[in-house]
Amino acid sequence: MPDFEVVDLGPADGVESGTKAADFARPLVTDEFWEDRSLSDVVADDGRTILVFTPMIGSFVGKYVWEELDERDWFDRADRIVGVTASTPYGVSRFLDENEFPFAIFSDPSNEIADAYGVPHDLDGMAGLSEPRIAVFALEPDLTVETSWVATEWPEFPDYDDLERQLGLE
Amino acid sequence: MGASASADGDAPITFYRLQACPYCERVARLLEEYDLTYQSRFVEPMHSRRDVVKRVAGVRTVPVIVDDETGVTMAESANIVSYLEKTYGDDGAEATTAAGGEN
Repeated sequence: MPDFEVVDLGPADGVESGTKAADFARPLVTDEFWEDRSLSDVVADDGRTILVFTPMIGSFVGKYVWEELDERDWFDRADRIVGVTASTPYGVSRFLDENEFPFAIFSDPSNEIADAYGVPHDLDGMAGLSEPRIAVFALEPDLTVETSWVATEWPEFPDYDDLERQLGLE
Repeated sequence: MGASASADGDAPITFYRLQACPYCERVARLLEEYDLTYQSRFVEPMHSRRDVVKRVAGVRTVPVIVDDETGVTMAESANIVSYLEKTYGDDGAEATTAAGGEN
């Protein structure tokens, strides 16, 4: 840890476990194309869906998260995994293509989804720019939140080993 | 508004299109006119990044439609327009003779 104070994002105010997360529709982006999809249509029918929020594409924090999840092979190990970020579909698609990531990520430049999930972060010094904090939600098929982790520092990364234990990915 | 975009991923017609491509918009207008439910898939401007279109239709140009109702996959806007008119248009609809194209 650095010997100075790390920026505090304030307490996590994410959707709580046991409550139902909001459904939404946004362009779902792969390395090949983008199309409107709703979360309820994308979640696993009989399993757990991991919803991963990251800061916008281009940030090192967003890249670190997806690199880590790719190295840990969450795409194959999770019943379903899908991301959300505040970048445009073109930015997201090229990011996935250039890094050969298998993931699909919802593109939400409005950042309204992060707002609805209680995980927005207004970028200091950049007018009108809001993006998600790093946050991970595990959802049941009916979108009930099973467990979650939300960053409270800037930056803060999840304890991936701990998450894997909680999510049964060991 | 007639045609509706689907967020369920189960619309009968999948429509591969490029943002601001006039040939694609021509197809979109007809899909709307015939009140057809379709799922838009926007692809990349660079042909080299259109492997999905190549896999589906054998070409790298858009527009391309895949119609699950009829099992038809078709490229080139003039062909698509003609197909939509024949399949979903009113009987005796005037055939479109304008030149086609693709992006």
